[in-house]
Amino acid sequence: MKNRWRILENKIFVRWLSIVSIITMILLLVFFLTLLISSWPAIKANGFGFLWGKTWDPVANRFGMLPFLVGTLITSFLSLLISAPFSIAAALFLGEYYPKGLIPNIFRNVIELLAAIPSVVYGFWGLYTVAPLVSKIEMKLHMPAPGVGIFTASIVLSIMLIPYSVSLIRQVISMTPVALKEAAYALGSTRAEVITKVIIPSNISGISAGFLLSLGRALGETMAVTILIGNSPEIPHNIFSPSYTMASVIANEFTEAVGNIYLSTLIEVGLLLFVVTTIINYIGRIIIKRVSY
Amino acid sequence: MTPYDIQGLQGRRIKNKIFTFFVWLLTFSCLAVVFVILFYIFEKGIGSLNWALFSQNPKPVGENGGGMLNAIVGSLMVVSIAAILAIPVGVSVGIYLAENRGRKLSDRVALAVDVLQGIPSIVIGIVIYIWIVKPTGKFSSVSGSIALAIMMLPPIIKNTEETLILIPTTLKEASLALGASYFRTTMKVMLPAGIGGIFSGCIIGIARIAGEVAPLLFTAFGNPALNFNVLKPVDTIPKVIFTYASSPYDDWHRIAWGGSVILVSFIILLNTIIKIFESRWKVQF
Repeated sequence: MKNRWRILENKIFVRWLSIVSIITMILLLVFFLTLLISSWPAIKANGFGFLWGKTWDPVANRFGMLPFLVGTLITSFLSLLISAPFSIAAALFLGEYYPKGLIPNIFRNVIELLAAIPSVVYGFWGLYTVAPLVSKIEMKLHMPAPGVGIFTASIVLSIMLIPYSVSLIRQVISMTPVALKEAAYALGSTRAEVITKVIIPSNISGISAGFLLSLGRALGETMAVTILIGNSPEIPHNIFSPSYTMASVIANEFTEAVGNIYLSTLIEVGLLLFVVTTIINYIGRIIIKRVSY
Repeated sequence: MTPYDIQGLQGRRIKNKIFTFFVWLLTFSCLAVVFVILFYIFEKGIGSLNWALFSQNPKPVGENGGGMLNAIVGSLMVVSIAAILAIPVGVSVGIYLAENRGRKLSDRVALAVDVLQGIPSIVIGIVIYIWIVKPTGKFSSVSGSIALAIMMLPPIIKNTEETLILIPTTLKEASLALGASYFRTTMKVMLPAGIGGIFSGCIIGIARIAGEVAPLLFTAFGNPALNFNVLKPVDTIPKVIFTYASSPYDDWHRIAWGGSVILVSFIILLNTIIKIFESRWKVQF
């Protein structure tokens, strides 16, 4: 009797393991279908013009998401650009110059602390510190000086990306074959030359994948950006303009959306965000996997 | 030009020095930023930590004082239910991946988990809204927990898998040879041997979701009153920080700084626990 129970529990266990794994695997597909079905009314109503429509006027049921698209892209790429030198330097410091030892270990943990600060706290901190600084710069440039806008959001976002991209790039860099580096040293290269001519070129795909994954993160980052971007649904004039991103328009308007089409349109924005980040993460992960073996 | 200065050796040396200098400079500015931010948060927030913050509910708009008891309770409730939901599933998927390495299906599951980790949290919030909040017609704490549970899965799965594959197969074979079933072997041999790594995966997951607001905006929503019912909306600490930070009231900002300190200290504490676990309980054979 006891034996039979044990055989049964074993069978149930094995079944359970494969069922939950398969559910986890198709979760992304289910997400996609859920978003697609719920945004279908909006897709039908808005048509393709939705992507390049310039006006966002929920009251008149006119929805164009170009302002959000532009805002999201500028903010993400700008933050990636600002954080790139810092991430590469820190990754080189921890992966190449000082890969082992107590002090580098402490440094690594300190940089990882940046990942411990929640997004909303970053936003709040940026509102108190970065926004006034940016406002001063704007005054010097004789522009309207609200302090919040694309530039402020990008600076704070770039800080948030650092721990993420440092850890990815450091892993890639530290896997450079020693023979390759030693060959370059034996030819008389300086360390800077080994780094710029051997380590970085030979890991370029892994490093790009690291930045790609960071970009995916920047695109979907919501709370800090919502606090700092200024929330203005217009095409930005320059990098100081207040703007809006796809994630922050969802965060701000979702619970207040009246009418089916409005809500469904916001879900459509979410669908687009989902598709883009899924593709970016898929490509990034495939590259990372390929370079790590 | 000395005979030793072949191909501008001097210039190359200087370039090397400059390069090294910039690597140091940029690395140290990253470290400086960490201290600047943490110092600012603690400097602003320590002053607002008082008994009222932990023991009182928010006061109505315009009145000074009050606390965030409702949000502290709400955060604990939402996060612990998310952990209860996510840990069994995450550990199971991790076991599956560790046991079926190299198979096509498990490779696909692993890739899906990696991609899931990069999905913006706000999108997960929308999906849960469509699944649970819309059909039931009301915001609820448990729907927020489900959204957060999905976000917790990737770190738990990764850590469980990576820990279990380090355990020598001889250990498993010994147990199977004694006649223990696969289930018993996993429960009594494999999981206890890898408990350190699995536990730290769970803590990483909790640290990842403790400060999340985006998926809670349209699921757990917010509630200025103290609530213990999982079927009703609740406030959470990060949600309160968001609401208060966007408000013009100084006293609300003060409370938000207090909340930030509580939240950041909690997450740093979790990170420290992970570090201790990783160094002490690491699977070593």
